[in-house]
Amino acid sequence: MSRNPQLNEHGELQHLLTTEGLPLAILRRILDTAESFVGVTERDVKKVPLLRGKSIFNLFFEPSTRTRTTFEIAAKRLSADVINLNIAASSQSKGETLLDTVDNLSSMHADMFVVRHSQSGAAHLIAHHVRPDIRVINAGDGRHAHPTQGLLDMFTIRRYKRDFHNLRVAIVGDILHSRVARSQIHALTTLGVPEVRVIAPKTLLPARVERLGVQVHHDMAEGLRDADVLLMLRLQSERMLSAHIPSTQEYFKYYGLTQEKLALAKHDAIVLHPGPMNRGVEIDSAVADGGQSVILPQVTFGIAVRMAVMSILASN
Amino acid sequence: MKLLIRNGHLMDPANGIDAIQDVSIVAGKILGVGPPPPGFHPNREIDARGLVVCPGLVDLSARLREPGFEYRATLESEMAAAAAGGVTSLACSPDTDPPLDEPGLVEMLKHRARNLHLAHVYPIGALTQGLEGEKLTEMAELRDAGCVAFGQADRPLASARVMMQAMQYASTFSFRVWLRPQDASLADGGVAHDGEVATRLGLPAIPVCAETLALSNIILMARETGATVHLCRISSAEGVSMVQAAKRQGLAITCDVAANHVHLSEMDVGFFDSNCHLIPPLRGLKDRDALRTGLENGTIDAICSDHAPVDDDAKLLPFGEAEAGATGLELLLPLALKWSAEMRLPPSRAIARITSEPARVLGVNAGHLTPGGAADLCIFDPEHYWKVEAATLKSQGKNTPFLGIELQGKVKYTLVNGNIIYQG
Amino acid sequence: MSPLPDAEVLLARLIDRIRPDLTQATALVGIHTGGAWLAERLHRQLGPVLPLGTLDVSFYRDDFDQTGLRPEVRRSNIPFEVEARHIILIDDVLYTGRTIRAAINELFDYGRPASVRLATLVDRGGRELPIAADYVGASLALPPDTMLVLVQDSEGKLGLDLHPRNLPKA
Repeated sequence: MSRNPQLNEHGELQHLLTTEGLPLAILRRILDTAESFVGVTERDVKKVPLLRGKSIFNLFFEPSTRTRTTFEIAAKRLSADVINLNIAASSQSKGETLLDTVDNLSSMHADMFVVRHSQSGAAHLIAHHVRPDIRVINAGDGRHAHPTQGLLDMFTIRRYKRDFHNLRVAIVGDILHSRVARSQIHALTTLGVPEVRVIAPKTLLPARVERLGVQVHHDMAEGLRDADVLLMLRLQSERMLSAHIPSTQEYFKYYGLTQEKLALAKHDAIVLHPGPMNRGVEIDSAVADGGQSVILPQVTFGIAVRMAVMSILASN
Repeated sequence: MKLLIRNGHLMDPANGIDAIQDVSIVAGKILGVGPPPPGFHPNREIDARGLVVCPGLVDLSARLREPGFEYRATLESEMAAAAAGGVTSLACSPDTDPPLDEPGLVEMLKHRARNLHLAHVYPIGALTQGLEGEKLTEMAELRDAGCVAFGQADRPLASARVMMQAMQYASTFSFRVWLRPQDASLADGGVAHDGEVATRLGLPAIPVCAETLALSNIILMARETGATVHLCRISSAEGVSMVQAAKRQGLAITCDVAANHVHLSEMDVGFFDSNCHLIPPLRGLKDRDALRTGLENGTIDAICSDHAPVDDDAKLLPFGEAEAGATGLELLLPLALKWSAEMRLPPSRAIARITSEPARVLGVNAGHLTPGGAADLCIFDPEHYWKVEAATLKSQGKNTPFLGIELQGKVKYTLVNGNIIYQG
Repeated sequence: MSPLPDAEVLLARLIDRIRPDLTQATALVGIHTGGAWLAERLHRQLGPVLPLGTLDVSFYRDDFDQTGLRPEVRRSNIPFEVEARHIILIDDVLYTGRTIRAAINELFDYGRPASVRLATLVDRGGRELPIAADYVGASLALPPDTMLVLVQDSEGKLGLDLHPRNLPKA
């Protein structure tokens, strides 16, 4: 399994499993294609016939209405048929294995699976197992990757900052448990961002995170200084029950983004968040709703980026 | 029955022999080494020209999956795998279902194994009832039924107090305690080494200090109680140096490493290869190198197969949900030889780590070719390269990180009590 | 085979043919890439007051299953109300008619035009759909294994190139 499992023998994208090891040309192509789809989504008729007749299965082993909906909209705007399956509630509890479920759905002539699973590596496993004509998109696997989120963040950054080569990007929050952070880091480094910082207390940083090509900061003021882009992460509620942080109040005090802390970054810095936000925990409402926040455009771009990924995958 | 093994390269580290010698066998025992005595007329001769003749392998950790996990493997399949791997004595761990915590279960297992006329089976009894980590088992009864040591397999003890009491009680009767050093709370939920790869793949991690913290408890208590302790499957560089220090203090401590860990590191997990989901986790390259050096300088006494056949259904899952373990009995010899070759050591050093040394840890009379001893032998072709393939493995478990890899050294004959139990 | 005609001459001819039909409600829409260049030139010469748009029909093509998505998709840009317009659709070479079919479909996703007419620099025959051009620079008979493409030099001068079909254009 040494070859990048998401590329075919011609080096084309066969599955989208992670932003790690994604060639720059493919990354750029996704962003460029998404740019064209933004045009489509701004029309009255937001639909193109590109994937007419294709069946896209949303396989959600972990519930997430929000992410599922964005994939569903993307697929429908490409004229594909979308089948939503909330598997957490059905066959898995009856003892059917993950791959049994996948085999069953494959025989219903699926063309593409969009997979969300609580275990890191689930999308790789499925991609490795399916018929060669089926495409797999990882919609989030455990702590590992959430590539379409990472890509839509890159799209948003490019929209506002144009060039990646002179940016300072700070990722703030629960890096340890975040698939979004991992996908952002790999995409940012591939796109040539010279300085990627992660800001978190030691309990929320994975071992040897600097090996991913990031600078580690524990002090938010220091980490935000002169940053161009602030990528805020969601703090999962279960972290508050464990010993990762003492309280949301203390977390907000040291790692929550307020107007005062935002002022330490560049005056034209932009603020992103993958949603859903915990206001008053990782981000203050004044920032979330303020002039430097691009959180709502992120959602719009997310549809275009997912349309781009689906159409590129379907065409390879 | 008289048997003569001619012209083989005899490697018997226990007796310091590493030369071309014949071996004569009578009535299941070694008659002598060197030219057969005058008047010796063998019923059968094995021409071992170009082959190595060594004591049958002694494996410190083989899960035979009986009783309780027959869907994964059976005693028949795994004992056949042992024979094909040149293993003639093996210790089986108590994590069966039910666990080996009652004499009846141990006797049944020994009886079933004996009737197969393959390797000698030495059960490790459960240290606590149901392996639940709280109440001690009737160790003396279990010893009488055939247990040679007591351990918890991969299950934790409930507290430091239970560990202390278990060691005190075991040492009262001079029973050996086998423990795999791992702090349960630090390892909880973890599936991979807390390093670069787990960080990249987003896998819940087990830090090195889960091993060293437990090691430090065990070593302190071994000193306190005078218990004889065997440390199973050490995995870290830091752990190796702690064991080395404890041994220098003269504590009655021995230590083994799994053959996979001698060669692999976290890097081999690649893109979530569940065959590399092992217990303990594959650690960093620095750790792997320390394990290799530890074997060379004797800090680590033995290499074991850590044989754990897992059925496909349990492996075809996302990495974290896939069951840990790998089949290993048939790979023990080539992986040990690979270690000595890569360390530029004579192969006899590898042979010692899988014959005489583990026999000493186990406290059984095996792992040597001394005249009068049982004729348990392994005869292998050191130049034979073979590819590890699911179809040719005898074990019912086809899961190993070495699937598809070519290894050097293939067993040609395995003898137990002078009987040829395997011919390859 | 006779040499290819001069694209600039054909363009001038096309402009002359379109000019009499222009109204207040006319809009020009060029199809990427060659058609967009032509539309740009028409726009400049026929009257900059005319609304101008471009279409990239990649998302509407019917050969997606065979050839996939083109590596470079440009954004379609229709900066005017399509509703009730008289649209002149402009492409460089009219051949099978499939590109025009895709363009008409896309155009209708922007609104319902009053009419759509087609202008093309070269009509090379070989239609696979019932589509005809209203304004043609020249009709040429070309071997089927060739690809006729419009090229633009650094000064913006247009020219025609003929390639074997299997080779990507330079």
